Amino acid sequence: MPVLTYLEAIRQGIWEEMERDPSVFLLGEDIGVYGGAFKVTAGMLEKFGAERVIDTPISESAIVGAAIGAALMGMRPVAEMQFMDFIACGFDQIVNMAAKLHYRWGPAVPIVIRGPSGAGVHGGPYHSQSNEMWFVHTPGLKVVIPATAYDAKGMIKAAIRDDNPVIFYEHKFLYRRIKEEVPEEDYIVPLGKAAVRREGNDLAVITYGAMVWTALEAARELEKDGISLEVVDLRSLLPYDEEAVLASVRKCNKVILLHEDTRTGGMAGELAALIAEKAFDDLDGPIVRLTAPDTPVPFSPPLEDYFLPNAEKVVEAARKLAKY
Amino acid sequence: MKSTTPAISLTPDAETLERMLYYLKLTREAESRIEHVLYRQGKIVGGVYIGRGQEAIGVGSALQLIEGDVVLPSHRDFSSFLIRGFSLADIFANWMARADTPTRGRDNTLHIGDMKRGVIPIISPLGGTCPVACGVGMVLKRRGNGNVALVHLGEGTTSVGQVHEAMNMAGVMKLPVVFICNNNGYAFSTPVEKQFAIRNLSVRGPAYGMPGKTLDGNDVLVVYRVVGEAVSRARQGKGPSFLECKTFRMTGHSAHDAAEYVPAGLLQQWAKKDPILRLEKYLLSRRIMTRQRIDDLDRRIQKEIDAAIADAEARPLPMGETALEGVYCGPDCWWKKDRGQKQEARSKNTTPIV
Repeated sequence: MPVLTYLEAIRQGIWEEMERDPSVFLLGEDIGVYGGAFKVTAGMLEKFGAERVIDTPISESAIVGAAIGAALMGMRPVAEMQFMDFIACGFDQIVNMAAKLHYRWGPAVPIVIRGPSGAGVHGGPYHSQSNEMWFVHTPGLKVVIPATAYDAKGMIKAAIRDDNPVIFYEHKFLYRRIKEEVPEEDYIVPLGKAAVRREGNDLAVITYGAMVWTALEAARELEKDGISLEVVDLRSLLPYDEEAVLASVRKCNKVILLHEDTRTGGMAGELAALIAEKAFDDLDGPIVRLTAPDTPVPFSPPLEDYFLPNAEKVVEAARKLAKY
Repeated sequence: MKSTTPAISLTPDAETLERMLYYLKLTREAESRIEHVLYRQGKIVGGVYIGRGQEAIGVGSALQLIEGDVVLPSHRDFSSFLIRGFSLADIFANWMARADTPTRGRDNTLHIGDMKRGVIPIISPLGGTCPVACGVGMVLKRRGNGNVALVHLGEGTTSVGQVHEAMNMAGVMKLPVVFICNNNGYAFSTPVEKQFAIRNLSVRGPAYGMPGKTLDGNDVLVVYRVVGEAVSRARQGKGPSFLECKTFRMTGHSAHDAAEYVPAGLLQQWAKKDPILRLEKYLLSRRIMTRQRIDDLDRRIQKEIDAAIADAEARPLPMGETALEGVYCGPDCWWKKDRGQKQEARSKNTTPIV
């Protein structure tokens, strides 16, 4: 089975959907001739032609709005945000048009808005954000973020086939750093379902995106101390897999909620409330959140290192919680 | 691009002229009932926005639409919905928040749409439909049937960033989109002098690579012709146009707005240019319609409105818990269920009287 990077897996997923369904097309800045800022769409213009791989002006509102219009006409557009930081430029179209359209008058809006997010590459405040919660807080959208190459292919295919607007976050740190065997054939990974990446008994870490790998690194370290860490990869933030979260808490009785996103209003707060509501009696210790602080993502390496959670911080938090 | 593009009519025949008068009057009277009667009676709650005095824009433009075209009307284009086949009863029922409506109570005013009828409604952050029109235009261009998208916006809305993004995109991609700007003098309380530094918005057309025209928005025949020309260009693959229809907002921004900021005399001035009076005068002077026939039409319109309101009022309000339905679209989509289909069948009964 071929080994693909996370990025190559996304490319293959999009490619297969473009081949399979003529209503799928791509639009975004520099995606055609250049193949995309990160080369996700490399080769697609040559293969599928300019009508299906469209280089647009720098107009995120128009890109998203045009995707919505095309979707209403029966197409399945995949719009790229060059960096998910720039999704803010198309915010109104996403939260006011796309998210509410089906609820208000019935047609499907099968659009995918995809792009690279996340920090750890010295990108600074505008090339490193994790802004997913803006959209998790918007009913009518789906928000997903794969953490493995296998999932990246399966989930982009699922997202393209979904009849709802899906915000598809790709973690840029993972693009070329992770790879695994990815099946060449058609498969999908259903949206809305979490995955247990590592079984454990003492503590559960619930996380998503690049932090899944941080948690796994921490788990290997904690094993030496005899602490067994379960790592749950949410994969979807809206809707999210409540059952998977509660099952891990009931099993391990202690939980760390980990994300690279900033603290206040982050997914960890939502999960903490859920766990307190529905698994209070299963807790043997306080719910712990391990997140970035409430600041923009800083540029200088020592600042960014301080800002980001890492394996060391997870290990420290886990050791402390294990002792409770 | 197919070799035969649909024929364009620039001068309406007698039948079309009568239809024009019918829709102008039906719009004026229906909206009057909404603002002056139903709203005051408390039968309509929330915001009420009508297009009094601006009816020629919706009528003149929508009558140029053919099968496969898509219109994205503004809140001041009541007639576009009628011309595209929404029933008067459905529109009143939507105003009155009933369950059996195109929005099932989820949205109000003219936020109603139907892809089968080629109508996409606004969202309240105005300007949002302009980029959507570009997406529609992209697909229409690709299909090559000569169909077009007409998107309506007010002059205030032209100050919104995404309108410029849309015009730029339409221009550079040569999309079959006609931007129809209703310049009615005021955006809520903001007069045009505070809205932009220029006099005629048509100058913006060439700035984005398309023709721009300023026209008399109170002359339905002019609107019909100029929109027809723009639509013809688009149908032939020559790209978008920007049309600025000058008119005046003969009522407040909303039913709540007494519009005391409008200088005295301005309304009187514009009342003389009323689109309905002008068409009536034209039809009478050319003996296309008699006074008797017009009076009969007026009576029939009142009856039609009475019947539509009675129909709408008889419909129940939605059950509270249905608020949870239809957030996501899927194979067992709530919108596709029986109720939706029944409602579809009802709304098809929309043949105009004239």
